[in-house]
Amino acid sequence: MKAWTSWSTTRTRRLPYMRSFNRHWLKPVSFWLLAAPGLWLFWQWGLLLTGGSNALGFNPIETTHRFLGDTALYVLLISLAVSPVRALTPWKSVLKIRRRIGLAAFWYAFLHVSAYLGLDLLIAAGLNPVGALAGLWEDVAERIYITLGMLAFIGLIPLAITSFNSMIRRLGARHWQRLHWLVYPIAALAVLHHGHMVRGHQLAPWINGGILALLLAFRLYRAYQSRSRAIKSAA
Amino acid sequence: MFRRPREIWQSSTDSVTPKNLYLNRRKIIAAGGALAVTGIAGCGNAQTPGGNGAGAPTGAGTPLDFRTTDYRIEDPSTPYDAVTGYNNFYEFGVGKSDPARYAHAMTTSPWSISVEGEAERTGEFALEDVIDFSNLEERIYRLRCVEAWSMVIPWIGVPLGPVLQSFQPNSNARYVQFETYLNRDEMRGTRFRVLDWPYVEGLRMDEAMNELAFLAVGLYGEVLPNQNGAPIRLVVPWKYGYKSIKSIRSIRFTSEQPDTSWNLSAPHEYGFYSNVNPNRAHPRWSQASERIIGGGVFGRRETEMFNGYEDQVASLYEGMDLLVNH
Repeated sequence: MKAWTSWSTTRTRRLPYMRSFNRHWLKPVSFWLLAAPGLWLFWQWGLLLTGGSNALGFNPIETTHRFLGDTALYVLLISLAVSPVRALTPWKSVLKIRRRIGLAAFWYAFLHVSAYLGLDLLIAAGLNPVGALAGLWEDVAERIYITLGMLAFIGLIPLAITSFNSMIRRLGARHWQRLHWLVYPIAALAVLHHGHMVRGHQLAPWINGGILALLLAFRLYRAYQSRSRAIKSAA
Repeated sequence: MFRRPREIWQSSTDSVTPKNLYLNRRKIIAAGGALAVTGIAGCGNAQTPGGNGAGAPTGAGTPLDFRTTDYRIEDPSTPYDAVTGYNNFYEFGVGKSDPARYAHAMTTSPWSISVEGEAERTGEFALEDVIDFSNLEERIYRLRCVEAWSMVIPWIGVPLGPVLQSFQPNSNARYVQFETYLNRDEMRGTRFRVLDWPYVEGLRMDEAMNELAFLAVGLYGEVLPNQNGAPIRLVVPWKYGYKSIKSIRSIRFTSEQPDTSWNLSAPHEYGFYSNVNPNRAHPRWSQASERIIGGGVFGRRETEMFNGYEDQVASLYEGMDLLVNH
């Protein structure tokens, strides 16, 4: 808590953990790593539309949906792995990139939803936006995996909007942190969205769910630890 | 924008394979087939119901001798690469390119089919005793997958009805169940229980006897590639693709409605009938329209009732509520 309160009294422009990030090697490296899947997809679509051989297969739109959805989910899980990595390894500066990993997850989810709206619903509705919205409503109301996915995406929006320093300052650290706890149910919704989408009993959703469960279990364990420590010191 | 890649059905069968070469190869294969058949235990009941006993041409890409028919839709056929590279055959993995990658491990020759249940002639039959390879025909059908995409495929094979009749089903035979080959060493996808293996599918007898129901042994004029269900598969074009079971290992005549794999897996999603029906949305996909595989990035079409085969099959379902009996 101390680190959080210090910036409001000392009027530092940047949050303490973000200090010196400008010239840190992690800044460009993390940016390009997080952007790479999107750039790859963009490049493949360029090849496809210019008639070149590409990796999008015989159903490029389906490939795009799967790729963007998988990437959004994996990046979201990676963002949740930052705290455990920081706690369990000597690599403390990893915290510097947590926020941009979370933002990247939002952007991939945004592209995922945009591709669904633009390449599926709009085309199925003969490019009529009203028809596309009707299709969206039908999907959200009737198809459980789309309901879950849309809830996850909507949940990510306030987190993305409040990811700027000024918003953190305006909300105050405590409120901001409480709001961002939303990421846990959102991640669960995203895993369920994928699990409901695949046909038959497939392994991948269970692996994703298992990873999420481990990440959550770590946090519960830490909370339990710090509480029992507090009780001990009070006694 | 779209060109037919290989209009093989427009060429005469002579140009597909010179007759003398074809007969030569057949002799060689027949010799090999005879050797192989003696190697199968429990083949004592081998009979010759439909086939002429000549060896079955084997190996994906081997040209087949066939005649064209009027069972053809005029839409451009899906390119060969897409038909053989974009498949659902979960026994080889759940990815669309997994079957093309891994199905070569499946042994398709020699091949026998076990016929069981309510019929006079049951037992193990060699493939060439079930299918008359000298009397193959081509049918160009649309295949509509439940995942809301479709292909147009020139199948080579024989009508299903006469083959089933050759086993002389008795009066108790109201349904027929088909089962896919299962070999865990050859089919890497079966190591995980995506479905309750082996894959099973079924038809009501009158559906099976319908003129459209077809047993395919080839596509694009050649022996089926393994990923498309070699050496023999069902094609029921008015139903969603998963009804068209691949690599058939057994045929069972039953008096009760048989189990079908997807129905067992998710009964509310996949019914026994599984007729293509744009008016009944699936819990995962609206079925109103479909993506045309190989039809360009944005190729879509409205889905037709019974996949466009309403004239031939609608009478099978008279008086049935197809939203309930989906």
